[in-house]
This record gives sequence, structure tokens and C-alpha cells, in this order.
Amino acid sequence: MSTATDTLHHDEHDEHHHHHIPKGIKRWLLTTNHKDIGTLYLWFSFIMFLTGGAMAMIIRAELFQPGLQIVDPNFFNQMTTVHGLIMVFGAVMPAFTGLANWLIPMMIGAPDMALPRMNNWSFWILPFAFLILLSSLFLEGGGPAFGWTFYAPLSTTYSSDSTALFVFSVHIMGISSIMGAINVIVTIWNMRAPGMTWMKMPMFVWTWLITAFLLIAVMPVLAGVVTMVLTDKYFGTSFFNAAGGGDPVMFQHIFWFFGHPEVYIMILPAFGIISHIIPTFARKPLFGYASMVYATASIALLSFIVWAHHMFTTGMPVAAEMFFMFATMLISVPTGVKVFNWVATMWRGSMTFEVPMLFAIAFVVLFTIGGLSGLMLAITPVDFQYHDTYFVVAHFHYVLVTGAIFSIMAAAYYWLPKWTGVMYDNTLAKWHFWASLVSVNVLFFPMHFVGLAGMPRRIPDYALQFADFNKWISIGGFAFGLSQLIFLALLIKACRKKGEPASAQVWEGAEGLEWEIPSPAPYHTFETPPIIK
Amino acid sequence: MAQQEVKEYQKYYVPEQSIWPIIGAVALFLIAVGAGTFTVEVSKGKEGHGEWILLAGIATLIFMVTGWFRNQIHESMSGLYSEQLSRSYRQGMAWFIFSEVMFFAAFFGALFYARTIAIPWLGGASNNAMTNEVLWPGFEAVWPLLQTPGGTESTQMGWFGLPLINTLLLLTSSVTCHYAHVGLEQDKRKQLSWMLGLTIILGCIFLALQVEEYIHAYEIGLTLDSGMYGNTFFMLTGFHGMHVTLGTVILIVLWFRIQKGHFTPDNHFAFQAGSWYWHFVDVVWVMLFFFVYIL
Repeated sequence: MSTATDTLHHDEHDEHHHHHIPKGIKRWLLTTNHKDIGTLYLWFSFIMFLTGGAMAMIIRAELFQPGLQIVDPNFFNQMTTVHGLIMVFGAVMPAFTGLANWLIPMMIGAPDMALPRMNNWSFWILPFAFLILLSSLFLEGGGPAFGWTFYAPLSTTYSSDSTALFVFSVHIMGISSIMGAINVIVTIWNMRAPGMTWMKMPMFVWTWLITAFLLIAVMPVLAGVVTMVLTDKYFGTSFFNAAGGGDPVMFQHIFWFFGHPEVYIMILPAFGIISHIIPTFARKPLFGYASMVYATASIALLSFIVWAHHMFTTGMPVAAEMFFMFATMLISVPTGVKVFNWVATMWRGSMTFEVPMLFAIAFVVLFTIGGLSGLMLAITPVDFQYHDTYFVVAHFHYVLVTGAIFSIMAAAYYWLPKWTGVMYDNTLAKWHFWASLVSVNVLFFPMHFVGLAGMPRRIPDYALQFADFNKWISIGGFAFGLSQLIFLALLIKACRKKGEPASAQVWEGAEGLEWEIPSPAPYHTFETPPIIK
Repeated sequence: MAQQEVKEYQKYYVPEQSIWPIIGAVALFLIAVGAGTFTVEVSKGKEGHGEWILLAGIATLIFMVTGWFRNQIHESMSGLYSEQLSRSYRQGMAWFIFSEVMFFAAFFGALFYARTIAIPWLGGASNNAMTNEVLWPGFEAVWPLLQTPGGTESTQMGWFGLPLINTLLLLTSSVTCHYAHVGLEQDKRKQLSWMLGLTIILGCIFLALQVEEYIHAYEIGLTLDSGMYGNTFFMLTGFHGMHVTLGTVILIVLWFRIQKGHFTPDNHFAFQAGSWYWHFVDVVWVMLFFFVYIL
């Protein structure tokens, strides 16, 4: 990769051609620059993370003690629903898209994303979509209260009038995601620098390629199912109504055909991030790169044939239950390959424990806990016990919070010096990590216990025997919420460029094209592609 | 950019700032708010501003698309685009069509599920004898579902007649569209122009006949709310019709561009995208004809 220096030379040579970096609000509204758009996505997702988090605080405050004390049950339902929708569509997905925007062109040696104007459009749809969703909370009858999965007939027969707005806001979120995914896939397919063959691509790029494929395949199915909800509720169709020959269970089939690939959309890029961080701080190349690629692809393919494991208790034929049980358990094989490879990468490495590495190691351990509880849930007869209890809540929060969110934080701590050009406040970062790590386990681990003991999810009140655990869960929740304010302070400080200047490579063991350009990364990079040898 | 560099490496055109995407975002916002409000107003028979917000959104979107494409065409005509960029466009279009396929797949999936699982179960198949006996006594599972478990009755649409004519029309239009493309590639502008014109006319006749078909359906008592048969019939043909409409508009724009002398045998992404889209709506129709009308 010696030619990267040539590229820099070219860039200087082309300097007169560059227009200066635009200033003010217009820079952000009209931008076609992948780095600007990446920054917009990341800040947007962080604001949504805090908004969705505030809703979680309301949920935990209500559940601090048994009995109804703070909010009324309908509002509680709106909080669980909108918390889920915001965290999935507003926090995790845009954060990964933001990282994709910032990193993929730099990692593959491209001048920008393949379709820069569409990139801007994809982003700016999102704030509007969430404006609609959030403002529907203030309408008469309240916002969506049927859970983020909007099962029929909760979303058709028993929902408030704001459902139409919910449907259309999901539509435009979907448009945004599909355009974003098309952009990523075309960028990776068509914009790689000469010599960047498929099997030389960084893992983050690989995982996003596969994620983008999943997005294009399933977001339209989500659009289809919300459309059916809309026509069932307002135009007299009966897709999900037995009286007209439909079936509410069909809703679940279509929804989870989207929903299960969706959960991999939220974890595959995380796998990519971790596969960058661990080799850097273990100072060893990633163990089993090729097997990582194949494992990612198999997880994605399997994700299309496991959807009904969310529906074991709906009365499917036994043969179907068996099929979905075994297909689901099969996923633990490629996932196990990944965990094994990460551990093998660390094995006998010269490890140091900078903050990104701390988050990455926490990811490997805690995501594996979430994966194992997933395996428990995959066993059909056992799931009959666990279904719709807090055990499920514990499971998917382990994979999404200590999995997806921890990986996003790890990524932020890893690439932030490249973005801002300064080293962030390491003391604050360590405080953030340890406070998050302890509180997140106080928050989610006891949920396994109350779930196994039978506490149902999505209920504002509970039986007295769950009181002690719930008190601890809430305390953990408040602590986790407060810990994120440390992160906010750190980010503001870093974005105002307070700190030691960072070198181009930033981390001693870091490898890849993005570490060969200066920190902060220039506004335009790789206008002439580097040649990868 | 220095000339000798162009020879070595064709620069990827990264556009400067653009006003159109943000206008597009505002348009989608207005459409979502307008459509959401309008839907509630219509279903409750209330007066409101929903339709005006929706119309404003659609107008903004048309304005945006026109402006954006004008920009795009201008850039393309002034030779800013490289071979690599036009590859990006082609791949982008292909993936977009794939996403459309998945959208239709959701509705076809609903049709298949209802026909092979939901309705037979309501009729007592598998281990659901008591469902039929207790919940829907007397319900018989047949497709097309002309009498729903709830008792709504409707009439079947035959495949012979209008639907068959429409199938032939659309299949022919795919052929003419292909020959228009061949004409473009061989630089036979007259063939291009005529064949594309013919495709557009066939598309318009298809849409007109489809409107007649809908009127006929409502006359004989097959409506959107007459149970699963009517649901899938109207949702599938309706979304298909919307796509044909969009496809026709795209082809009309292409036709006018051809009259202005746009496109060359080796540089015609927009034409290619339009023709791909047209073949795609055609394939969807064949699936529809087979699964909705005949089977």
C-alpha cells in the first residue's frame, strides 16, 4: 500500500480544483460529502438514542415499584412502543449507516459514496420521519401503543387514529433505508480502488455489503405489511381478519420475514467493527478472515428461513415448529465461528486495553451471553415457557445494547481521532466504559431471573414477588442512562477539538487505508484511487 | 483538471452541493403527513386539510424530480459522467428493481398464505375441525373466496376477455420496448422513436382497460373490502397499475428526450433504466395473470 502517499501528492496537486468547504447551515442541508453525511447520521442517531433512552427511563420509573404510580397504562404502552421503534430505526440503524458513510469510502479507497446526492436524500428523510412519529404521541388518542412489532389486531382493530401517521412514517423510513443500502452496495461493488479484490476487503466493508443486501430484500416487505395494516384499518380489507378469510397470524409471518433479517441488519456491521478493533489491539491479523466472510454470509442467508421462531406459541403445525427450531439453532454455528475467531485473534497477542478494546471485549463476552439465551429461546418446548416474558427482553437487550450499541461505541472510540483529529478525553472514556459496563449488567441480567419466574413483558404493573429484582433493574437502568451523559460530554469536547492532536495511524497496531490518510481526514480523500498491492 | 490526467484516470464525478435532496425530503414529509391525515379524514368522513398537504407534497415531489433530473441530464450531456459512474447508476437501478420485487413478494406471499394455509384452516383443514365447527360453522374453503367466513359475498373475475387482452398488450409492449432498445444500440433513430412510441401507446391502452376492468369489478360486486379475494385482487393489480403508470411516464419522458436527440448507442443509462423498469412491470403482470386470474 505504498502508493497511498502518491495519492496524497495527487490530492495536493488537485487542490486548486477543490471548492472550499462550505460554511453554515447550508453545508449540512445540501451536502453531498460522505463525511458530512456520516457525521449527520451519527449525531442524529445519538440524539435518537438519548430520546429513546429517556422513554426507557419512564418505563423503568414506572416499574420501580409494583402498582401503577407514574404514568397511565396506555401511555406506558406508547413508551414501550416508541422506545423500540426509535432505538431500532432511529438509533442503531442510522448509527451503522453513519459509520458506513464515514468509513467505507476511506476503507476501499473511493472518492465518495457512489451516489452522493441520493445519500443526502436518504439522510434528511429520517429527521422528518421521526418528527412525524414523535409528534403522533401528542395527538388525540395518543401515539402508537401496540409494541414496536405492531401485531394485528392491536394495530388494526384496537389502535388509535395516529396509526395512519405511523404507517406513513415507517414508509418514508423504509425509503431512506433502501436508498442508503443501495448506495452502500453500489459503492462497494463499483468503487473499490484497483487491487482491492473481494477477499482483501476490510471486514467492516464485507459485513456492510451483506447487511445492505438484507436491507434491500426486507425493507420492502415491511412496507408491504404496514400497507396491509393501513388498508385493514381504514379501507375495509381483511388481510389479518379471519372473518374476511385473512389471518392475524399471517401478519406475524410477514412481519417476522422482515423482522428476523432486520435483527441481523443490526448486528452484522457490529461484527465487522469488532473484527477491526480486536486485531489492532491484539497486534495480530484477524484469525480466519475467510471464515469470517463465509460465516457472515451464512448468517445472512439463514436469517431468511428462521422467522417463525418468534411465533412458536401461535399454534403452527408441529413440523413447522421443528423446522424453525433446527434452522434457528443452525445459526449458532457461524456465530460460534465468529466468536471463536475473535478469541483466537486475542490468543497470545500483545494486547493493550485502550477504550475501544475494552468495549470490544465487553462485546464479545456480553453478546455471547445474549446469543446463548437466544439458543435457549430457539428450543420450541422451552420457548413455550419463556415466550413474552422478561427473559426475551433480557435476551434481545443483551444482543442489541451490549451487542450493537457497545460495538457502535467501540467504533466511535476507535475512529473518533480520525474524524476529529484530536485524541478524546481518555479519563472520561474510561469512566463511560466502566459505568456503562456495570450498570448495563445490573439493568439486564436480573431480567433473566424475573423472566424465568414468569414476569410478562410490556406490562406496567407486576406481581409482588418481582419487586426486589425490578428495583435493581430500574437502578441499573437509571445508572446506564446517566452514564451516557459522560459519552455526550466526551463527544462535545472531542468535536470542539479539545485534546492532543492525533497522528495519522492513531493506534500503533491499526492497519487499513483509513489510517494512511492524515487525522482529521481531509474533506476529500482518494480523488485518485490508491493502488492496493 | 489537467488534461494528461484525464487520460490516465477518468475522474469519478462527485457533485457539489445540491438543493434537490432536501426538497425531496420535505416532499416526502408533506406526503406522509398529508396521506396520514387524509386517510383518517376519509375513513371518518371528516373535513380537513389532509388532501391539501398531500397534494402540496406531491407537487413538491414532482418539482424536485423535474429539477433533479434536469440537473442530471445537463451534467450527462456535458460529458461529466465516466463509465464508472454510469455503472453505478445501472447497479443502483437494478437493486431498486430488486427492492420492488420484494415489495410485490409481500403481497404475493399474503395471497399464497391465505390460499394454502389460512382459508383451508378456517374451513377445518389440518387439526382445525373445531375452528370451523365452532367459530365459522358452514364455512367452506374454496378459492376464489367468493363467500367469506363472515358472510360477505362477491363474484369471480374471469381471466378470459379483458385480462387476456391486457396480458397480450403488455407482452407485446415488452417486445416493442426491446426493439426500441435494439434501434438505439444500432443507431436506428426512427425505429427507436416508433417502437418506443408504440410501447407508450400499448401501456396507455393497458391502463385504460384496467380502469374499465375495475369499473366492471365493482359492478359485479367484487370490491376492495369483499374479503381476501377482493383484497389480494385489488392490492396486487392496483400496485401493479401504479407501477405501469410510473413506467409510462418514464417512457414518455424518454420519448421526448429522444426527439431532442439525447442518448447515443453506447451512452443511454436513462433509457436502459426505463426499459428495465418496463420489463419488470411486465413480468409482475405475468405473475399476476397466472396467480390472481387463472389459478
